[in-house]
Amino acid sequence: MTAVRCVDLCKTYRQGDQDIKALDHVSVEIEEGGFVCLSAPSGGGKTTLLNAIGGLDIPDSGEVWVAEQRIDQMSKGELADLRLANIGFVFQAYNLIPVLTAQENVEFVMQVQGVPATQRREQSLAILEEVGLQGLEDRRPAEMSGGQQQRVAVARAIVSRPALVLADEPTANLDSKTADELMALFTELNRHHNTTFILATHDQRVMRYAKRLIRMLDGRIVDDIEQDAA
Amino acid sequence: MNIVLRLAWRNLWRQPRRTWLTTGAMVFSNVLLVFMISIQFGMYGLMIDNTLQIFTGHMQVQAKGFKDDQKMRQTVPDVIPLASRLREEFQTETIAARGMAFGLASSEKRSFGIGIYGVEPQFEPRVSSIPGLISDGRYLLDDDAAEIVIGSVLARNLRTSKGNELTLLGSGKDGSFAAAVVTIIGIFESGVPDIDRNIAHIPLRLFQDVFYMDGSGHQVVVMTSSLGDAERLHPDISAALPVDEDLVVHDWDALQPGLKQAIQADMSSAFFMYGILVILVAFSVLNTQLMSVLERTHEFGIVMSLGLKPGRLGRLVMLETAMMGAMGMILGAVLGAIFTYWFTVNGLSIPGMEEMAAMFNLPARIYPQVTVLSTITGPSVVFLFTLLAAVYPALRLHRLHPVEAMRVN
Ligand SMILES: Nc1ncnc2c1ncn2[C@@H]1O[C@H](COP(=O)(O)OP(=O)(O)OP(=O)(O)O)[C@@H](O)[C@H]1O
Ligand SMILES: [Mg+2]
Repeated sequence: MTAVRCVDLCKTYRQGDQDIKALDHVSVEIEEGGFVCLSAPSGGGKTTLLNAIGGLDIPDSGEVWVAEQRIDQMSKGELADLRLANIGFVFQAYNLIPVLTAQENVEFVMQVQGVPATQRREQSLAILEEVGLQGLEDRRPAEMSGGQQQRVAVARAIVSRPALVLADEPTANLDSKTADELMALFTELNRHHNTTFILATHDQRVMRYAKRLIRMLDGRIVDDIEQDAA
Repeated sequence: MNIVLRLAWRNLWRQPRRTWLTTGAMVFSNVLLVFMISIQFGMYGLMIDNTLQIFTGHMQVQAKGFKDDQKMRQTVPDVIPLASRLREEFQTETIAARGMAFGLASSEKRSFGIGIYGVEPQFEPRVSSIPGLISDGRYLLDDDAAEIVIGSVLARNLRTSKGNELTLLGSGKDGSFAAAVVTIIGIFESGVPDIDRNIAHIPLRLFQDVFYMDGSGHQVVVMTSSLGDAERLHPDISAALPVDEDLVVHDWDALQPGLKQAIQADMSSAFFMYGILVILVAFSVLNTQLMSVLERTHEFGIVMSLGLKPGRLGRLVMLETAMMGAMGMILGAVLGAIFTYWFTVNGLSIPGMEEMAAMFNLPARIYPQVTVLSTITGPSVVFLFTLLAAVYPALRLHRLHPVEAMRVN
């Protein structure tokens, strides 16, 4: 089954008197259980594409299909439900909720999904341990380093085992050891739970883990190769 | 605790000063409302009690139509046995029969038109405060003695005093000429000029003789321990009346429409002022919540991206407002009740109320009534309007676009 299918996506931003093509006729299909790295220089359109796939942003033209549903015509409420049930997001700027602790941030999505409290607690503690944050459960975002916040954001994205994880520069603030551990965790989820991963990155270390590497430039896909993951 | 509740609560305390200022506005207006409403209720209670106690009573049995057109011949037949039967049936002494006629009272020097009431000397003190307000002499004792008790202003107008004789002239039930000579045995002073000027009491049996009443009268007055009791008793009294006569039971508000109108007029002007107060508070809440929503645009973008629908986000804002409103409501009600309670003990005088006070026989000092109703009415209305004020900020969230919202810092 296809996890994600984009057909001829275009998205143009107007900056001053010039049009910026953030997405320029992008078509791509990603199988369920795929592990895809999206790489492009800064401004290449990675975030724009991830946002379109996640239904956060509506493209100017083209179609977006997620889990065999066309999402570019859905209402805000339908999109919210789709994200809640199917998609885990790691944003480029970690985007944690400032008044909630690390653990509460992780539990937030499960709470909205209606997962019972004990199960929430169990899962959130386990996932925080897996990303190496045991002991920091009660810290608020302002009391954590950038790398720690990023790991909370990752934990929040994967805790409820979404079928699709969209991660924008998930390792940007991590040292190579922590980054490797995180990628190992992703790889394991990908293998054992068949979770589809789409990661935007310029990090060479991250690209090594991917089974498929898509390169973009100025909103266009310029290269799309299968590779043996590390 | 539920994470949304937690989130709402913590959001409230991100800007403690702002939250306290808004809550403070609510508390202030709530204290004011509790105080004002308690005073109002206290005053209305006094107005009603004092007016009804003087002679109207809580209810009256009358012939149908008598209330609006007080004709001598619209009578309650066998009024004395009827009152006595009702007293027995309802196990109470606070029921008394009366007759009522307009007539001319003449002393040696002057004459005045007055209302002459025939009363049961034994029971009238239980339904009216007039017998207890005798300032000179005594009240009626004998059932049929040729005695009269008049108000102090009438005595002054007639240039007469206790011990002198008065001539009463009027027309009897059948329209014939009625006259009697009675001795003034007591002067009462209620403080209500209208009553002290216009009313005289004579024994009911004498009244029946003089006005050819043939055993009938015009009212059976019923006094109960409270307005609530009166309401409950009304249908039972109605049911106890003889079926073959055209008798009705009137409540105090039908008997004293002026009193009810005065209360209603006062209430509507008061509630207009309260309304303005409440609206001011609502706007301050609107301002606060709008600001707090705008400055959290980024965060709302995050939670929407995570899959929270705008509607639930709106509920979060409503919840925050409800929490703040609940604090204002509880603090305001408690502080208001404590503050007002002090005055229920010590009383207070309100400048500008003298006119109303004189009209309805009120004391110069007013003692507010702190009741559950007077304590919760104002604060709960403020609470409702607070919630209402948050609707607009909450609805605005539907326009939020997650990516754009997250871009805002
Ligand atoms: N809201 C916006 N308004 C105007 N231009 C935008 C907006 N969002 C993105 N762009 C432009 O669209 C292009 C693609 O942006 P995008 O964020 O997708 O790049 P990216 O590959 O994620 O870059 P980075 O690696 O720096 O995150 C850029 O030229 C950017 O300036
Ligand atoms: Mg980006």
